[in-house]
Amino acid sequence: MQSVITNTNQLEATALKVREHIIKMSTDGGCFVGASLSAADLIVYLYSEFLNVNPNNLTDPNRDYLFLSKGHDVPALYGTFAELGLLDKERLKNHLSISDNIYWHPNTKIPGIEFHSGSLGHLPSVAIGVAMDIKIRGGNNKVICIMGDGELNEGTCWEAVLVASAYKLDNLIFVIDRNQFQANMATEDLIPLEPLHDKFTAFGAAVKRINGHSFEALHEAFSAYPFEKGKLNVVIADTVRGKGLPSIERRADRWFCNFNATEVEDLLKELHGEHTTQLTSETLVVR
Amino acid sequence: MSYEELLTEIALSDERFIVMTAENRALVRNIPAKLGNRFIDTGITEQTMIGAAAGLALRGRIPVVHALASFLTMRAFEFVRTDAGIPNLPIKLSSFIPGFLSDGNGPTHQAVEDIALMRGIPNMTVFAPADEDDLVKMLPQIWNHPHPSYVRINTRKTDYEHSPFELGKAEVIAEGDDVTILTYGLLFEQALIAVEILKKEGLSVGLVNLRSLKPVDEQAILHATRNSKLTVTLEDHFLTGGLYSIVAEVLLKHSLTANVLPFALNEKWFKPSLLPNVMEHEGFTGKQIAEKILGYNTRFHQPEISIPQFSE
Repeated sequence: MQSVITNTNQLEATALKVREHIIKMSTDGGCFVGASLSAADLIVYLYSEFLNVNPNNLTDPNRDYLFLSKGHDVPALYGTFAELGLLDKERLKNHLSISDNIYWHPNTKIPGIEFHSGSLGHLPSVAIGVAMDIKIRGGNNKVICIMGDGELNEGTCWEAVLVASAYKLDNLIFVIDRNQFQANMATEDLIPLEPLHDKFTAFGAAVKRINGHSFEALHEAFSAYPFEKGKLNVVIADTVRGKGLPSIERRADRWFCNFNATEVEDLLKELHGEHTTQLTSETLVVR
Repeated sequence: MSYEELLTEIALSDERFIVMTAENRALVRNIPAKLGNRFIDTGITEQTMIGAAAGLALRGRIPVVHALASFLTMRAFEFVRTDAGIPNLPIKLSSFIPGFLSDGNGPTHQAVEDIALMRGIPNMTVFAPADEDDLVKMLPQIWNHPHPSYVRINTRKTDYEHSPFELGKAEVIAEGDDVTILTYGLLFEQALIAVEILKKEGLSVGLVNLRSLKPVDEQAILHATRNSKLTVTLEDHFLTGGLYSIVAEVLLKHSLTANVLPFALNEKWFKPSLLPNVMEHEGFTGKQIAEKILGYNTRFHQPEISIPQFSE
């Protein structure tokens, strides 16, 4: 892989489309829009540039694996799948419909989703199992697990780092969507995580901390895979919850959002820089 | 009075109470400001929260702990059993969005085995209120009882005004010769609708709100099965280990049998969508329940099922 990225315009265009899909899913029942927007660039980059996943052969044992452990960001994955041809765009309109399987957490009825999630701190260990088998079989597949920063409260995340380090799983990458929030709180106001880089390093991982909204930075980091022979790879992607919509960016009360039709229309314009939206729906709906 | 108002009032009047959450503040939004250091949010750490609750209880506190039902009962199960059950500590579990109330979240969030798991722990008591009125009527006794408890929190509103709560006693709403519906929790609302339809179709119908699943009101169950031609168990829970199992255990204990029709999730999770769609799809609306009991369709109208709002 080249360490200089040449198609950032195309990636940005895809990410913009994905954000449009996310906003359109944030009504009629709503979704976790903030977390989806923070992870969107990351997910678009990984599927467009880094992962070896063939839409026509999603069960190829030699494919790379991506596990979405934080779960709430699944609209970003649905949107990316739709833009990259893994999922019919029309189906996104079925969000929360009883006639489809597109709901608030990932599930394997959507082809390309490797494992269901929603209970935090599960997929780091599932990813370990897959990475272990690839090692046993001598394969070259890469295994990625995207985790939320809030998710790092769960002890199993840290057990997974210990075990992955013990088994020298350098084919495994834990990516942390470091958007600084968990539910309606700033992480540092509740269960502080910093210094996060040092924590992972102390647990034996090779760590890179980057701007998770810069395709250049994402490319530079992932181009260096495997970061260090015999070490678990960790990427801490610094992101902004609600990225792309200034009216909800970094707002603790805009976590799970169920916008009305007017708001959705205005937010789509806001995404394209036309104006800032006056949000009228209730500031907080907790699921 | 709401759940939060009641908890605030009790905790402010009794220093023993500590309110805890594993970063699920939907039910306790305004409590941090009121309780100060007697409110503890441990972050997304259900196991550590329960262990810490045990430590607090060792020091004479009564921790009321909050988390999503599936994580409180399953992720932390061994901590609940070992740190609350074995020492019989008064740790009070309040589970958020149990059963169908997790609507569009998917199977990870579906607590439909919580009754089975919790009632299997020695010393644990288990309760399932029919609505907010029922919830507020039962909590003071549950929280003052010197044992660990599990409550399926249900803050939905119905028009029904419940009778005073007595721990271990069911609430008999009506008695009937033809059919008696035994139920608990969220589905009480639909049972009331089903009863109306069945009555209009000429049946003599009974309805029992179990309220307390452990200890369970054996007499209420025996009375229903003896006096009705058909007993219906209605629950948003797996068929295994819930009310249907409880009824079977009670009957067998008394060397009895009965004609029982269960409404429950049989070896499956429910399809995720918004609550009204889930209920309809799984066949748990009042009209669907009545028609399954009758064996034919009716012209009755199913009242709209409201979508849960957990707004601040």
